[in-house]
Amino acid sequence: MENLSLMFAPLMSSKLMIVLVFGTLFGLILGVLPGLGPTTGGALILPFTMTLDPLSAIVLLTAIYCSATYGGAITAVLINTPGTPAAAATCLDGYPLAQKGEAGRALGMATVSSTIGGIFSVVVLVFFAPLLAQLAYEFGQPEYFALAIFGLTMLASIGEGSPIKNLIAGAFGILISTIGKDFMTSIERFTYGINELSEGIGFIPVVVGLFAISEMLTQSTLLDQVFKRVALKAVKLPSLLDYKKTWKTILRSSGIGSFIGVLPAEGGTVASLIGYSEAKRWSKNPEEFGKGSVEGIAGAEAANNAATGGAMVPTLALGIPGSATTAVILTGLIIHGVRPGPDLFREQPEFLYGIFGSMLIANILFFIFGFFGAKIFARITLVPNKLLWPMIFAVSVCGTYSLSQSMLDVWIMLFFGVIGFFMRRYGFSVVPVIIGLILGELVEGTLRQSLVIFEGNWLLFLTRPIVVTFFILSFIALIFPLLRKKKV
Amino acid sequence: MSNVQKQKRANKSLPFFFKDEFKVSFTIILVSTILLISTFTFDIVPPILNRGIQPATFPKGLLLLIIGLTLIVFYLSIKKPWKIEKKLPKTFFLTLFSFILFVIVSKTLDFFLAISLLSIFVSYCWGERRLFYLILVSIIFPIIVFIFFETILGLRFPPGIITNIYYQV
Repeated sequence: MENLSLMFAPLMSSKLMIVLVFGTLFGLILGVLPGLGPTTGGALILPFTMTLDPLSAIVLLTAIYCSATYGGAITAVLINTPGTPAAAATCLDGYPLAQKGEAGRALGMATVSSTIGGIFSVVVLVFFAPLLAQLAYEFGQPEYFALAIFGLTMLASIGEGSPIKNLIAGAFGILISTIGKDFMTSIERFTYGINELSEGIGFIPVVVGLFAISEMLTQSTLLDQVFKRVALKAVKLPSLLDYKKTWKTILRSSGIGSFIGVLPAEGGTVASLIGYSEAKRWSKNPEEFGKGSVEGIAGAEAANNAATGGAMVPTLALGIPGSATTAVILTGLIIHGVRPGPDLFREQPEFLYGIFGSMLIANILFFIFGFFGAKIFARITLVPNKLLWPMIFAVSVCGTYSLSQSMLDVWIMLFFGVIGFFMRRYGFSVVPVIIGLILGELVEGTLRQSLVIFEGNWLLFLTRPIVVTFFILSFIALIFPLLRKKKV
Repeated sequence: MSNVQKQKRANKSLPFFFKDEFKVSFTIILVSTILLISTFTFDIVPPILNRGIQPATFPKGLLLLIIGLTLIVFYLSIKKPWKIEKKLPKTFFLTLFSFILFVIVSKTLDFFLAISLLSIFVSYCWGERRLFYLILVSIIFPIIVFIFFETILGLRFPPGIITNIYYQV
């Protein structure tokens, strides 16, 4: 209980409040701009966080995460283009409702359900993350290895891309993590005589390249796209009738979103699609879905924002990212010298509860900004790509260079930008590469340490119940998407 | 006949080595094989220092996994061909060219100049013709970013013809 009071520490710190307000506003801007979003935005801002203390840095990233996830709904409703992938399901009913002249009502419902979903997920985070961390105290090296394998096999079921292609991308990410000196024996691997590669490839050049630069290349192929914007007078709070119609949907989707978020490697996109389809399944008026149903908007928006808190549970408790954006947040934690896991809960409760509290406040802040400022944020979509992306390039290049003042990092960023573009073009998601890169050291390190403990006998993995459980879960995670595809 | 149908028919008549499925799988397998061969050049540690497995074993396993999975992807693509991608537009190649230009200019002349050149080039190629906006993205914005990084983050940019003038002033 005393830890819970630490949640309100950000309210007492003017510095953290400024960071929160800035993060929320910046996140909303990122959210409304199609092509950007919490992951790319988080990657772009990562180098700037080096000037902040670890708590402020993570507060900034989490505020961006929460508000950008909501911000995607503004674009989804007004121009029928999801600002973020997680808002794709919101388009289905948000835009038709806006076309009927009820854009304010659609955005009001999106704002309220996103806020409720987000706050619900913070409650889940506050209660479940410590429990999961406590469970992780029992983990030894073999259990961590099995857990990391489970996290990686979950990549197979990520929404976009085929399961096998996702696994290839994940393995590619782990392979990148092996570049440089082997952390156990100092033997150089894949360095080919380049001294700067001895320390390995940094997270930021890869993250910025795969998300920002590859998106710039993608945008270069979409220049003929024309957006039709629906006029917005003002955001309206949902009526009593709308609340009556949607409260069950909002609660259900909040639960679904939080649960999906907790699963390693899943995220808001999957959560919103499931939240939407469940809202339709349970609705008394399923025929209204796709034609401007407020239940559809509530189902998708509550779920995608609920996934934010859920995704932070495995990220903070186990160091396994729950989504693409939490992979960036995890990168932020690592570059600030914070190692997530059970020890973090024991040693730095004020740090953790500060993050929980700031996520709660960010959800309230985006409600206020969204409610009163959606009209202004909607205007940001008018910034043409031909001006926006060259500016993003300038920030990406300087940000990547700033970390170790090395031009090699900039070349690596460009290289991964091109790789990321072709990966996306041919159906390989780039998210598993990042998750693989982050988990790579954990997978290899725990495997090798386990083999030392087991004196090289691989079969001894099967004598540990938690390991066996994770292996079975991994097997299910691998088989499930293949079976689902076959059924479809 | 619609364009999609025309494209589908055209794709069916292509020899297998011209299809995306083959080109992508072949590239992945080729690169992985080269990397796999290079793992045999990694130093071997004596058994006493060897932590569980040799340093080369883990990357070898990963590369074999990638090759195996790619073969499965290719096999599956024979049964169910991939979606046909639209031809890449000229703007894509111009943007890609701007990256090469950026690398050359930043290596030989100046980092700031390279950013400015890329910005104006991309903005122009993407259709911007208004002079004020071209100046905004290519000069005003990079200057703001440059000063921000230099003063707030204390970053020192690599030397070059323009950067040197800035540092001398």
